[in-house]
Amino acid sequence: MPQEANQAPAKYFTPFNIVAGIIVVVGIIITVLRFTRGLGTVTHLSDNNPWGIWIGFDLLVGVALAAGGYVTSAAVYIFGLKRFHAAVRPAILTGFLGYALVVLALHYDVGRPWRLPYPFLVSRGTTSLLFEVAACVALYLTVLFIEFSPAALEWLGANRARRLVVKLTLVLTIFGVMLSTLHQSSLGALFLIAPSKLHPLWYSSYIPIYFFITSIIAGLSMVIFESSLSHRYLAHKMDAGHLAAKKDVTLGFGKAAAWVLAGYFFIKVIGIAVDNNWHYLATGYGAWYLVELLGFIALPAFTYAIGVREGNTTLIQWTSAWTVLGIVVNRFNVSLVAFNWHLPAEARYFPHWMEIGISVFIVTIGLLVFRFIATRMPILHAHPDYEAH
Amino acid sequence: MDNIVTLHQFMLNTKNVIYILIVMGLVAFPAFWYFLNERDKD
Repeated sequence: MPQEANQAPAKYFTPFNIVAGIIVVVGIIITVLRFTRGLGTVTHLSDNNPWGIWIGFDLLVGVALAAGGYVTSAAVYIFGLKRFHAAVRPAILTGFLGYALVVLALHYDVGRPWRLPYPFLVSRGTTSLLFEVAACVALYLTVLFIEFSPAALEWLGANRARRLVVKLTLVLTIFGVMLSTLHQSSLGALFLIAPSKLHPLWYSSYIPIYFFITSIIAGLSMVIFESSLSHRYLAHKMDAGHLAAKKDVTLGFGKAAAWVLAGYFFIKVIGIAVDNNWHYLATGYGAWYLVELLGFIALPAFTYAIGVREGNTTLIQWTSAWTVLGIVVNRFNVSLVAFNWHLPAEARYFPHWMEIGISVFIVTIGLLVFRFIATRMPILHAHPDYEAH
Repeated sequence: MDNIVTLHQFMLNTKNVIYILIVMGLVAFPAFWYFLNERDKD
């Protein structure tokens, strides 16, 4: 059971709640502006730059960082690594909220929310990568909702429905891995259509593979990062099993992340060689590319490995935060920094403060909903009336 | 780079570099795996 016997009465006016409240109020005002006055009022988007941070951050980063759900459930239910079982529910919840917020963020960019089902019902562009991404995200969001539902059903005491959903666990896990493989790579494949717009160092025919592999790295790192935050701020909601599993999860996922990062570093170098792009490394963009390659791929691969060797969970946790930042940098580089690189400075995109405001608003909603669910439902502890599945 | 004019020269050059990188990878990956797992036996 969670260790909350000595808990003081809940305080509502904490610094976190006050800051979150201000962000939510500002976010609601910008939302009203966006949907009543259009994109031009709240964004710096243009014909040259139709995709801003609502795509580059909210969607591309959001989907990558939500990959912890399929990575963890595949490790536990397909590869049989049961010692990581404690990480499944927080990872599934993070993934579910991540995808739900991606869909919410997409509404800001696309507008007219009532037209969201059009790609499936009215105008089916089945040859488009965006159709595939839309179909996979819609299906995977449904899968994540069902995977998350046992926790909610235990909380509600709906035993019969929970038993039914639990029987679907393996099927849902396989379905989730398939859908993630498809759409994580397809998000990278979207950029294959723009070889003249994306800088050659970031453009590659391997870009779908890069996006898929980085989603695995993001998933592994997010589970460690989320676990370290949960142990810091929600430890009173954890039972002994979850508290004890922290070291195993951190070391195991850290080792996997080190290995995948090393492989990713290798194929990125192969990618430069395939297109003979070495000479670009001596330019300004090349210097920034090397920061990404060495600072956000090679360095965390090494520090993860050191952390695993030394059993240093603190180093692994800091590395996970650094790697998550690296994923953000990578998606920003592909969608914003290296995109339209040939345009003059005055035609380049820089987000309006209200675009940033909406992104912060959406992340804040995610944090608030995660806290609401994790403090009420059996996410960080096992429900005493139910066996683990 | 200036010496590469034809597609054949481009392919020859890039493939040569890739083969060297693959050999380096074949040496580096087992070494990294050993580095990663060395302390597990303790």
